[in-house]
Amino acid sequence: MSETLTGAEALIRALEHEGVDVIFGMPGGAILPAYDPLYDSPIRHVLVRHEQGSGHMASGYAHATGRVGVCVATSGPGATNLITALQDAYMDSIPVVAITGQVARTSIGMDAFQEAHTWGISMPVTKHNYLITDIEEIPDVIREAFHLAATGRPGPVLVDIPKDVLNDTLVWHRPGEINLPGYKPSVKGHPKQVQAAVDMIHASQRPVLYAGGGIIRANAADRLRRFAELANLPTVTTLMGRGAIPDSHPLALGMPGMHGNYTAITAMQKADLLVTIGARFDDRVTGKVDAFAPEAKIIHVDVDPAEIGKVRNAEVPIVGDAAAVLEQLIFAMEHFLGPDEAPAREDWRNTLADWQRTHPLAYDQDPDGPILQQYVIQELHRITEGNATVVAGVGQHQMWASQFWGFERPRTWINSGGLGTMGYAIPAAIGAKAGMPDDLVVAFDGDGCFQMTMQELVTASVEKINVKIFVLNNAWLGMVKQWQKLFYNERYSATDLTGHTPDFVGLAEAMGCAGFRAERPDEVAPIIEKALAINDRPVVVDFVCDPEAMVFPMVPAGGSNDIVIMGPEDLT
Amino acid sequence: MFARRGFNIHSLAVGPTVDPQLSRMTVVADGPEMEQIIKQLYKLVNTVKVTEHRPGDAVEREIMLVRINADSKRRGEILDAAGIFSAQAVDVGKATITFEVAGDPGHLNDFLELMRPYGIVDLVKSGRIALARDPKSRNGRQADLRSA
Ligand SMILES: Cc1ncc(C[n+]2csc(CCOP(=O)(O)OP(=O)(O)O)c2C)c(N)n1
Ligand SMILES: [Mg+2]
Repeated sequence: MSETLTGAEALIRALEHEGVDVIFGMPGGAILPAYDPLYDSPIRHVLVRHEQGSGHMASGYAHATGRVGVCVATSGPGATNLITALQDAYMDSIPVVAITGQVARTSIGMDAFQEAHTWGISMPVTKHNYLITDIEEIPDVIREAFHLAATGRPGPVLVDIPKDVLNDTLVWHRPGEINLPGYKPSVKGHPKQVQAAVDMIHASQRPVLYAGGGIIRANAADRLRRFAELANLPTVTTLMGRGAIPDSHPLALGMPGMHGNYTAITAMQKADLLVTIGARFDDRVTGKVDAFAPEAKIIHVDVDPAEIGKVRNAEVPIVGDAAAVLEQLIFAMEHFLGPDEAPAREDWRNTLADWQRTHPLAYDQDPDGPILQQYVIQELHRITEGNATVVAGVGQHQMWASQFWGFERPRTWINSGGLGTMGYAIPAAIGAKAGMPDDLVVAFDGDGCFQMTMQELVTASVEKINVKIFVLNNAWLGMVKQWQKLFYNERYSATDLTGHTPDFVGLAEAMGCAGFRAERPDEVAPIIEKALAINDRPVVVDFVCDPEAMVFPMVPAGGSNDIVIMGPEDLT
Repeated sequence: MFARRGFNIHSLAVGPTVDPQLSRMTVVADGPEMEQIIKQLYKLVNTVKVTEHRPGDAVEREIMLVRINADSKRRGEILDAAGIFSAQAVDVGKATITFEVAGDPGHLNDFLELMRPYGIVDLVKSGRIALARDPKSRNGRQADLRSA
């Protein structure tokens, strides 16, 4: 039976067919037709206070659930407000679909009210984007958009729909077969390369498994662990890959890179083989590329062929999905070695253990001094036994959260790695909690970041999305201050917020959240307990922290990973 | 994509193909990042096929319109020279002649060098287009049948 629908109805129907359960958005003129059928749809709509928030919520949702996050905005300013969030999702390969309204087709190009060239603006910040000019395309384009967002190397896809297309009618038809002749992501790796990788691993004396966010995106953490155990590979997890192997695992070395730990950085530096899976030799990991891991051969597994050889040439390139290739590697390993026959590489393991012993991540909480950020993070971990999804903003607090939280499972660490978007934490936490309502979702945020997206706490309290926001308040744009201290002769230009931070507790309460403040170390645990006990509202805790604390270890930008600054004592 | 990734290109020409669903872009680029350019092009969802033509691999053509200073005294001389290059006069004014020249890029450059002393008033090029040689082409790998 044929059924006539408006474009708007077809859009909502198509989203329902994709299994969308929640949309983060803000209505407006051009997208208004779509909001009418949405009113009757089982899809939950979360009304945001700024479209950037809707994009980060979609991203947080996708991070936490593995499903595609959806955000909606109107034309012009609504669409441009999404751009930061789209670029953020693009850099971190997060599956997001953005739907934007556009002015009517007859008005396009006329500088119409709230017209922006969304298709053009969004092209470089999305994996793919569409401007629908024919109503008949709606079912297929929505199908394609979700397919593109979720498969291959995931990423954001934007669909721009003119208002008159939304108002027009069509006879509903289910989307046809996906027909994208230019899009055929590889799944399995080339068997010869897989075998070459296994041989190379077997021959290696000092291998390191370099696991990135691709492991998380591909739901490959279990396989990664199995493979690491089978091949006896010490494993580093990048900022985007934290949780790919449990931090408590004997093979886990933690995070490498600019603020990684000494052992992870140095293991890569001294390795004779880097087994790279779902990671991209980001400059924050490699430091000075020419000096990076000089003795290491490279096995590089990535679903995106353009990543292989982009920064560092790979002796064994393998294009394929991380989970599928790990499956192949495990199979080949099992046949190659037989069970329990992985090379022991005792010297290497002993060296790594020595480094871990002599260069631990450490801090010293003086019971009478200011609260240290690291202490708050570890106290929460202790009290929750690590059973939380942790979100972070961007800055010192983000690095400490990544360093000091022990991640045991994938998808429990949500942060903005590639773009480093301040203000990510609050909306991303809301998105994560909307997707995983039974999980405890805690965001560590900076006082600077908080002020970029705090209005979304109104969204959270109205929608009863009860996130916990722990502000690690040092009253500074701390990470920038740290650079000024180290590289700009302590000239603190435009970074000191002392005396200029608002009352976060008051703000929290004004936005319908519970608000607490902790000022002394002995208040930290009791206030965390209080915050965890409140479950009918979002909670904000203002932890008044040490303004002087700096993030170490540190490899200065562009520096060689051979020189790891362990603390202030190394600076003279 | 080219601008975003900082790849330099010399020219870009777009047109339809035998399949009305597809169009062909011919991009002239050089430099060490060719492999990355190709991979990044493939990454674009709308890219179906990327073919790299190294010098000599393909038949290359470009068309140019060029206006030359040509007062009545030198007109004959200029037309003679143009004849050698199979350049067609497509517009003749009081003091200028406009030629249409087509051929491989070297041919166009040679013509420009020849005309430079008379004075080049204006110039427009189509950008290069290319088609891979038939692997069984009879005129040898490196030479066009009509290498002007
Ligand atoms: C949108 C945006 N603007 C500017 C920056 C540069 N930046 C990086 S960290 C930082 C300071 C963050 O301050 P805060 O949120 O208080 O975190 P802290 O470093 O103090 O923990 C700034 C300004 C950024 N990353 N993102
Ligand atoms: Mg701060």
